[in-house]
Amino acid sequence: MLNARLQKARSGAAHSSFVLDVALEIPSGITIVFGPSGAGKSTLLDCIAGLLKPDSGRIEINGEMLLDVQQRIDVPPAKRKIAYVFQSLALFPHMTAEQNVAYGLADIPAPQRASRVKAMLGAFRVEQLANRKADQISGGEKQRVALARSLATSPRVLLLDEPLTALDEGLKKSIMEDLRRWNAAQNIPILYVTHSRAEVDALGERVIVLDQGKIISTGTPHEVLDAPRRSSLAQASGFENLFSGVVVELRESDGVMRVRLVRGASEIETPLGHAALGTTVRLAIRAGDILLATERPYGLSARNVIAGRIISLEQRGTMFVAQVAADAEGAVVFTVHLTLGARRALELEVNRPVWLVLKTYSCHVLED
Amino acid sequence: MNSLILSVRLAACVSAILLLIGMPLAYWLAYWNWRGKFLLEAIVALPLVLPPTVLGFYVLIALGPHGPIGKISEALFHRGLAFTFGGLVFASVLYSFPFTVQPLIASFEAMDRRLLDASALLGASRFRTFTKVILPLSLPGIVTAVVLSFAHTLGEFGVVLMVGGNLPGITRTASIDIYDRVQSMEYAEANRMALVLLIISFVVLSAVYGVNRRIGRRVWASWAAR
Repeated sequence: MLNARLQKARSGAAHSSFVLDVALEIPSGITIVFGPSGAGKSTLLDCIAGLLKPDSGRIEINGEMLLDVQQRIDVPPAKRKIAYVFQSLALFPHMTAEQNVAYGLADIPAPQRASRVKAMLGAFRVEQLANRKADQISGGEKQRVALARSLATSPRVLLLDEPLTALDEGLKKSIMEDLRRWNAAQNIPILYVTHSRAEVDALGERVIVLDQGKIISTGTPHEVLDAPRRSSLAQASGFENLFSGVVVELRESDGVMRVRLVRGASEIETPLGHAALGTTVRLAIRAGDILLATERPYGLSARNVIAGRIISLEQRGTMFVAQVAADAEGAVVFTVHLTLGARRALELEVNRPVWLVLKTYSCHVLED
Repeated sequence: MNSLILSVRLAACVSAILLLIGMPLAYWLAYWNWRGKFLLEAIVALPLVLPPTVLGFYVLIALGPHGPIGKISEALFHRGLAFTFGGLVFASVLYSFPFTVQPLIASFEAMDRRLLDASALLGASRFRTFTKVILPLSLPGIVTAVVLSFAHTLGEFGVVLMVGGNLPGITRTASIDIYDRVQSMEYAEANRMALVLLIISFVVLSAVYGVNRRIGRRVWASWAAR
């Protein structure tokens, strides 16, 4: 169990200065720290590792005090027994994979050290790279060596600062599986920092959401991120469509309300929130949750059908991103994600009139 | 040729001493920040801009029988340092200081700080981090530092003349010997020694450029700017 209460002012460019102010209780297993860039995620990890000194607060692992600013306790990083894998991994480029893993084991007699290094390289399936220099190891395998190096020292906590961001989904998954298997026996708290919504979904564990230095939400990814209550979180977690609107009708018996967008004249049905009639709210809608139809659809369960016109269509990898102007005036523009096949089948082109179809439960109401 | 051997001996002693002093100092200047740091940086760089005669003059006074270093030497060895090989080494160490320290600082500063963090988090002491991570990764900078201080000491003239005088076999270095021979019109001998010095300097500098273009260029720029 890792307990931390920290305050640390960070000054940077105007938009990136914030005060980190958090209280955490991290049990064994993987906990994801999620938030946009500049939210304070790396600062938090640096403070826990002892690379940065907080302005005030305390850090405790399994009851042992590592930091207490008031009592002037500050155990240096070398003595904290905390493992930390950076985004850059920081493998020693002049050493082989084996020497990298052995680096933290200087206190152990040579024969035991050799067998421990071998076991760690084996646990992360990179034993064949033992004699390869770190700068000659490919992406994916580097991450495995970095994990083996950090965990060889039997740390009490593992901190991961987006170490897998650059990898494809398959590699990411297989590395996380190896990490989970390793931790099934060790059972230490693992803090996994990321700004990628996809990674949070893939890991699917306890998540802490950090924004501008504060914890704004805690829970499972589903609880926390699928119904965002703050617009900064919505932007961070991939809601491409954010609109302001006024609540014009509450239908409490149906559990829904109608919101008229401030720009344009469209009305959208959303789940009932805490907002009162006449107040302004923010709506968040994922681009992937919006359907397009070339004719006005009938007999749908979806409650929101809005007429629009495609104003731009752009291919991004295996996906099309369409901008659709709603209403004749085109005051509101929706971003819609389509597959290549859907675009082909519907013969979608710029200027083509279309219908936007939104499920009530895809329209999230935010609190600012 | 005696004077050439003396020059090489002097340069070797000076580079070795400078490496020993320069490494901890450069480490300190590269990784620690404190308010008065710029003053120390200025002192380290001073020999780059100071006329050799000015430096030589002050060193001569300091080494003399009434100077602080001269007094210490008298008390310890019952002899002064002025006009001796030891005095020459002392003066040359001061004179070549920036040529060792600046390439070292440049290569220490260029290190990825996350490597140092990683080393600490794996339980390594500062000393172990220095010997196992910083030193091996700074090797080009260290070679540059040694070679530059060696070459610079080999070619110095003004400081040596002020502090060492011109005693054959003790303080008469190659550059002073060449000057002497030109004064007494022995052009053939002067030419031979000048050529040897030219070749040594060229070889040494090619080595620096070959070992590390980036760090070499940065130091060379400060040298050339004099």
